[in-house]
Amino acid sequence: MTQDVAVLGAGMHPWGKWGRSFVEYGAAAARAALADAGLEWRDIGSIVGADTVRGGYPGYVAGATFAKALGWQGARVASVYAACASGAQAVNTARAQILSGLADVVLVVGADAAPKGFFRPAGGDRPDDPDWLRFRVLGATNPTYFGLYARRRMAVHGETPEDYAQVKVKNSAWGALNPYARYRKPVTAEEVAASAVVADPLRLLDICATSDGGAALVLAGLEFARRHGVTNPVRIRAVSTVTPRYPNTVLDLPDIATDSAVAVQPAAHTFRESIAHAAYEEAGIGPEDLSFAEVYDLSTALELQWYEDLGLCGEGEAVKLLREGATAVGGRIPVNASGGLASFGEAVPAQAIAQVCELTWQLRDAAGDRQVDGARVGIAANQGLFGHGSAVVAVR
Amino acid sequence: MVAGWFAGDGEDFRLLGTRCSACTSVFFPREDSHCRNPGCPGGDLEEVPLSRRGHVWSFTDGRYRPPSPYVSDPELPWEPYTLIAVELPSERLVVLGQAAPGVTVADLAVGMEVEVVPGVLHEDAGTTWTTWQWRPTEVTA
Repeated sequence: MTQDVAVLGAGMHPWGKWGRSFVEYGAAAARAALADAGLEWRDIGSIVGADTVRGGYPGYVAGATFAKALGWQGARVASVYAACASGAQAVNTARAQILSGLADVVLVVGADAAPKGFFRPAGGDRPDDPDWLRFRVLGATNPTYFGLYARRRMAVHGETPEDYAQVKVKNSAWGALNPYARYRKPVTAEEVAASAVVADPLRLLDICATSDGGAALVLAGLEFARRHGVTNPVRIRAVSTVTPRYPNTVLDLPDIATDSAVAVQPAAHTFRESIAHAAYEEAGIGPEDLSFAEVYDLSTALELQWYEDLGLCGEGEAVKLLREGATAVGGRIPVNASGGLASFGEAVPAQAIAQVCELTWQLRDAAGDRQVDGARVGIAANQGLFGHGSAVVAVR
Repeated sequence: MVAGWFAGDGEDFRLLGTRCSACTSVFFPREDSHCRNPGCPGGDLEEVPLSRRGHVWSFTDGRYRPPSPYVSDPELPWEPYTLIAVELPSERLVVLGQAAPGVTVADLAVGMEVEVVPGVLHEDAGTTWTTWQWRPTEVTA
């Protein structure tokens, strides 16, 4: 087990389609996190940026781009790219610097200005890139994979599109209470059912949008926190950044096929299960210890998959958990009290950081109308394209 | 578009993968540089045709036009395509592919038997880009 690190500050730029540069969103989020921590930018010894690849060249060097926007002050810098797990890897990089003594206090920033409509691969003819290939050869967008997963769950577990709509109803009700969310209007099951089918059986309101947004954290060692007058901070207890194990037998974005299980039996845990499992092991907790969870609801059906992968229930029982209200307001294990991606949309390098912002606010009992009563332990779970696991456990 | 992923005509059409001579792992799309089984000392990767038939693992469709690099004529109305993920029992892997023209989600169910058939991805004045497609074995059209 590793030592904890303290979350001294959390900040966001509101998500939406603002039409500005990712640098602006990241700098605004960073300033908010610094103000929340009661620190000046010049107090920060290290900055870690989660990269966007759609911001052009500056996006690949996000750490220094944000540092320049805030004003060069000589801080140590790192930039990380791990697709949707970039934010968690940035948190982990900061944590490693703190625990190794390389830095006392680190600013973590992720921000993006997403394109309208479907995500698409970077330009050029690149047949050695699986992400390029799935578009070129199959026209397989992200929502078509979400549709495959949903249809599979319907066939295996007996879920229905009406169940999926209830996930949106639940998350949108919370999103309406979150000032940083892009969508701030409760959605009804009828509205989900009336929205256009994007990838059978999923409709527009089952699938998360692409958004602009930014999120930032100020992380520090516990000793620095104490010196700074914070004796009982929210603490990050675990960061899981695992890769899959061969053979990965669940068809995963952006792949055209799974690994073959003909020579090697699949591991006991699927990749998504192993992401949570590694976080639990490192934190020394189990799913029964959780007060709440933030999961990566790229689609309503995928949120149900996470219930099982996090061990909140057994395989095939996610829909029962949903139907009995366990994951809703006042339930045993509220999921996506932030409103989730259903309410935020995707701003890729920011979203895993935004999840940790929500963990922080909930654990500080500072989440306002969406506060989970008695929140003591929270997990944020996420998955990055190309095999990047991502989960964070925070405690108070 | 992609070299060596399939070959043959009509009944002889097959997806082509590779198989490790040391551990028997099968790869599709073909892996020609190294065996990806972490417990394998590494063997030669030999081309192997995949099973012609398998069972539907899942399916969906694309009701909106996908972005580039997918090629479609923006002058024509968008025709939704169906995608099928197929479990090949002997290779124990799942391969995603477009369904044969005319096959919709209403024609499909998880577990249904399908077979691989040659298809056309798109055509322009100079070139026909061929591909593989999945078709329920009960459909003869």
